Amino acid sequence: MKYKGTKDYIASQDLTDVVNVSLAIGRPLLIKGEPGTGKTVLASSVAQAIGRPLLTWNVKSTTKAQEGLYNYDTVQRLNDSRFGEGNVRDIKRYIKLGKMGEAFTSSEPVVLLIDEVDKADLEFPNDLLTELDEMRFSIPETGEEIKARHCPLVVITSNSEKELPDAFLRRCVFYYIEFPDIEMMKQIVKVHFPDIEKTLLENALRRFYQIRAQTHLRKPPSTSELIDWLHALMAMGVGAQDLLKDIPLLGCLIKKDEDMKIRV
Amino acid sequence: MLRPGPYFNEGRSKQRPYGRSMLLPFFYTLRAFKIPVGINEWLTLMETIAQDLNDFSLDKFYYLARAILVKSEALFDAYDEAFLVCFKGREGDFKAKDELLKWLDKMVEGKRPAMPNIPPLTLDELRKNFLERMRQQMEEHHGGSHWIGTGGTSPFGHSGTHPSGIRLGGPGGGRMAVKVAEERRFANYRHDRTLDVRQFKVALKRLKKLEREGPTDFLSIEKSVEKTAKNAGEIELVFEADKKNQTELLLLMDVGGSMDPYIQLMEALFSAAHASKHFKAFHHFYFHNCIYGKVFTNIHRNESVPTNDLFKKFRKSFRLIIVGDACMNPYELFSPGGSIDYWENNPSAGLEWLIKLKTHFSHSIWLNPEPKAYWDHVTIKSVSKVFPMYPLTLDGLSEATDDLRREKVQTAPSSL
Repeated sequence: MKYKGTKDYIASQDLTDVVNVSLAIGRPLLIKGEPGTGKTVLASSVAQAIGRPLLTWNVKSTTKAQEGLYNYDTVQRLNDSRFGEGNVRDIKRYIKLGKMGEAFTSSEPVVLLIDEVDKADLEFPNDLLTELDEMRFSIPETGEEIKARHCPLVVITSNSEKELPDAFLRRCVFYYIEFPDIEMMKQIVKVHFPDIEKTLLENALRRFYQIRAQTHLRKPPSTSELIDWLHALMAMGVGAQDLLKDIPLLGCLIKKDEDMKIRV
Repeated sequence: MLRPGPYFNEGRSKQRPYGRSMLLPFFYTLRAFKIPVGINEWLTLMETIAQDLNDFSLDKFYYLARAILVKSEALFDAYDEAFLVCFKGREGDFKAKDELLKWLDKMVEGKRPAMPNIPPLTLDELRKNFLERMRQQMEEHHGGSHWIGTGGTSPFGHSGTHPSGIRLGGPGGGRMAVKVAEERRFANYRHDRTLDVRQFKVALKRLKKLEREGPTDFLSIEKSVEKTAKNAGEIELVFEADKKNQTELLLLMDVGGSMDPYIQLMEALFSAAHASKHFKAFHHFYFHNCIYGKVFTNIHRNESVPTNDLFKKFRKSFRLIIVGDACMNPYELFSPGGSIDYWENNPSAGLEWLIKLKTHFSHSIWLNPEPKAYWDHVTIKSVSKVFPMYPLTLDGLSEATDDLRREKVQTAPSSL
């Protein structure tokens, strides 16, 4: 099954190619790009298009690699042993599989999204190397070995908050989502607002790219902010002509005080 | 002449009949452009091509090779350069019909037959036959010994075997890819050239040094379990302090006239340091060309504190970053009273102040926005003997932060 993009997600030709390569050779797909360029949405689009369930593992700064494999709930077991509930001898009862464990044991092939991998500790990706390479891991507490029944498609997103270790990068297929150009952006907007008035869209986009062209912005607006802004413009009944004089509802696009001062 | 590595020896090459003659030089070119491509990634690329996922036009090859071989957008520009070196000018060698190219793009799988005994053709014969066959052939053709296509022993097409012959398409196609590479759209992502606030932030994050501090309000499961086990099952909870970043940063910035061209760069660095919440403390001051008896608290240099206060106020564990071009008139650095601002009246030479700073702080570095090529200037040279000097680029800042992180024994500055 090949990925060709979905109705609500416009993927460029080279992106779909890269997704298909990753699918075929069974390597994790590492997606980088500016915030708001649709890295996370890509995973759900792929899952939808190739008809696989999507498992999402949201990585936080405190996330440990181990948590994705399994959790051994020692506190619960301790509690049960003190208050005599359940069979505490059966360690299996206290082993809960993490997202990666779930992806490995699933009866059908899945898409596993490891979202914002760079948020975690620097060592985090390294701790997953063998698991991603061999698609298996063992649980020493029970002596069990979890082996992937079907090779999941692993999609990893990163905002490059931190550099990722080389050993990890070597195993991935890499794609950098560039900020869409104006033509691509038109297509993307039309997915969200199929009936948007043509001149409104044209003028709004011109304004939007003007703002983005300002190099001093602390936080340049991204696609998702553009979508919100267009939504707001239409809801407030702003006409295409109003955009020529001024930028109405600038607050949808600009999120920092310092940036507010800069006017086009 | 590049020599093929062991992977491409006789035995293996029979199994891999595609155009490696053009690819292997590409591999070495990438490495020459400092893209860290490993053998494993290269083999992955080869296997991917062999799986025929990709119809192996140069366009597709461009993206495919980039996805598998290059793992950072910062290297994309170098990749474009390498790609142009290898494929530019070779993509449009042959102007065959598009359909022909399409047929030829299809790769042949399987074993290449042993070299058959076919008499070689002269170039003229070859050209004549080719044009003739172009006229006769009306459809796609792969294998066989006569028609143009992939594989087989026809002298025309690619991936085939013929002692002489015209190679068509394959890695030769793809004018688009070269065009894309020529746009060099990723030049702005290079780490050795441009910078923005966020990139600076990433670099500064490397200064993070975590230590436990603050209220003990964090339940340590491991320690609790351990204590409880030792306590024969009587539950005992252990709390400890959360981890916090212990790095303290002091930033001194030159805002003199010669720094004006770098004002954007400085602003970016300053915003990054300022916005990075993970420093335990962050202080900054300004100076003009060199540091003397006082440093300024604002960019207009009309409010100041004595430089000696810095030594009282900031412990030696503060990491000191000085940003400046270090390019001044020699007397500004070497002579007492040499300050460019005449009311400054500095009884000690600028260099003495610099050495004082260097000696006080255990970790200090100098970031210079001037390109390294100009560091021959006499004052830059002297300053760089006091402080380890790094260029104000992302790479330079990364190296500098590594330096600032290093545990080190205090050493006196080398003799001047």
